[in-house]
Amino acid sequence: MSLFHRHRGLTPYLLLAPGVLFLTVFFLVPLGFLAYQSLQSGNIDFGYTFTWAWSNYSDALHNYRAQFVRSITYAGIATLLALVISYPVAYWIAFRGGRWKNLLLLFIVAPFFVTYLIRTLAWETILSDNGFVVNTLQTLHVLGPSGRLLATSTAVVTGITYNFLPFMALPLYVSLEQIDGRLIEAAEDLYASKLQAFLRVTFPLSLPGVVAGTLLTFIPAAGDFINAQLLGSPDNHMIGNVIQSKFLELTDYPAAAAMSFILMAGILIAVFLYARLVGTEQLTGTAG
Amino acid sequence: MTQELTRRQLLERAAMGGAAITFPGILAACGSSGSKASSGTTSVEQKLAKTLNFSNWTLYIDTKGQTHPSLDAFEKKTGVHVNYVEDINDNASFFGKIQGPLSRGQSINRDIIVLTDNDRYLSLMIKKGWTEKLDKSAIPNFKNLVDVQKHPNFDPDREFSLPWQSGMSGIAYNDTLTDPVLTVDDLLENPKLKGKITVLNSMGDAMTIVMLANGDDPTNVTDKSWNAAFKRIQTAVNNKQIRQFTGNDYAPILARGDLSAAMSWSGDIAQIGNKHIHWNVPEAGGALWTDNMLIPKGGDVYTASVYMNYVYDPKVQGLMTAGDPKRKIVGIYYIPPVKGAGAAAKQFNPSAANNPLIFPTAKTLSKVKIFDSKALNNQKYLEQWQNLISG
Repeated sequence: MSLFHRHRGLTPYLLLAPGVLFLTVFFLVPLGFLAYQSLQSGNIDFGYTFTWAWSNYSDALHNYRAQFVRSITYAGIATLLALVISYPVAYWIAFRGGRWKNLLLLFIVAPFFVTYLIRTLAWETILSDNGFVVNTLQTLHVLGPSGRLLATSTAVVTGITYNFLPFMALPLYVSLEQIDGRLIEAAEDLYASKLQAFLRVTFPLSLPGVVAGTLLTFIPAAGDFINAQLLGSPDNHMIGNVIQSKFLELTDYPAAAAMSFILMAGILIAVFLYARLVGTEQLTGTAG
Repeated sequence: MTQELTRRQLLERAAMGGAAITFPGILAACGSSGSKASSGTTSVEQKLAKTLNFSNWTLYIDTKGQTHPSLDAFEKKTGVHVNYVEDINDNASFFGKIQGPLSRGQSINRDIIVLTDNDRYLSLMIKKGWTEKLDKSAIPNFKNLVDVQKHPNFDPDREFSLPWQSGMSGIAYNDTLTDPVLTVDDLLENPKLKGKITVLNSMGDAMTIVMLANGDDPTNVTDKSWNAAFKRIQTAVNNKQIRQFTGNDYAPILARGDLSAAMSWSGDIAQIGNKHIHWNVPEAGGALWTDNMLIPKGGDVYTASVYMNYVYDPKVQGLMTAGDPKRKIVGIYYIPPVKGAGAAAKQFNPSAANNPLIFPTAKTLSKVKIFDSKALNNQKYLEQWQNLISG
């Protein structure tokens, strides 16, 4: 205790230490190793050597541009869908949930009690060619008689949206729940219509949740490969599938590492642009 | 002379045991010069371990409810507890998991693992010296190994590996959805099957089948035969004929009726047991592959060898392969590599013993080929193939 008193200035660092140590050991060191590996050349039979092989990066960009673009596109659409679907749900739970709030939140988290893989496999059954969904869409002539959903981009985006929905819904709920109801009342007292009150008070105040939710959804979705593998055809494969196959099937570790870095850079640029667009204060929730 | 022999044994032990060598171990090796080396194989301390750690593929051993009768019987017989783990789903990811520790000379805490000869990793494990030599003196049942398996090119004298089970790759179809699909032409080019078929993601299996259909020899691949087969599959992808490339995962899709036909493995179809799903070796021929047991570096050679000897007993093998309906034991339903297993299986499960998918006839076996192992390690082919199947 006296240590803290005598060296008060040290306290913040001591409190930070476990987190910093954790990030160093489990994030920075592996990241450094991955960077080192991404510049190696060689193969599994004769081993890999560090040769500043920047060609790993240019080759990856040149050969797999389609998959990079597809990853960002699918993740972007899925994020947007998740936002549109979960905003009303989170809004309703936050403002109308009453004493059922906790139970309703539990329903949103409930799918997480089942493994990711099983959840995705369930979609394989739901969207199957002879299943209810496809039959209904065929009856309604949305799909042709030989049309299908499985092994199409629709199925992949649906799977991603479903799997990452809770990451969107929970931060949205938290930010909506924190809004002081009196602010909305005040807006209405000042003759704002319901819509105006929502657009000028509620929505801006919920922006930190929107930003957090979109990032939490978009980032892992862009690197996902399970949905594309199980619900897609080779035409729908994302960059995660390529990295997985480079790493595990071809044991081309340098190429896989380089692609991981390109994906990371791509996501960072997207996040940076997004932050510039909506303002950094929304990221940290210190608006006002 | 005695001195020299002991030293050579010591070196061999060091090479085999790797980091696991201990001072008492060295003493034991010195003491046993001559006596145990009589069988001509390397002498190791022939003492059973308490536990045998065995990693295998999923659904790849006899089962009765939650138990595995052949393992229970082994435990009863030897007192060795078998820690049986089904953690191998495909060769590549399993290799990815174990190559790190093995390349650093660390043990992976397993005594037996199972890898397939239609992928490059089995030969790579042996070539890199990441496997222990079998203790043949503890495997008298080695004599029961079927002749075709005795001299594979990745391990010509079977010093490091023994087959677990084999299987054939061919074409399955669902008779409620399509006419019989017996040729690659039909599978890859019949417009009625567009988007309703899958192809195996295993390069060796898929290429063997297509090369045979092209009239080429898959046991000796040339750039010309490779390109012809590759182009044919690529065209089918571009035409959206092929819905997906799959591993085992075609089984539920086929059973559900989303697929009319699938390039698939014989044992899976025997396991599905659906009377509308038929499996055939394509008219031009199919692929044969074998899963092999290996002792990874640091594994307990003697205990693992004793277990291998046990499964090479035709009676044990017959029961493992065919199961026993009377005792509610479900068999593996792939092809056993042990002479006499078929005769033994007749006692337990006559219908399985007569199933040509499990005990194929000589005529069927003459139509299946083993893919060229040089081509399996050709980096250019591997990359082309991976790019095709991962879009």
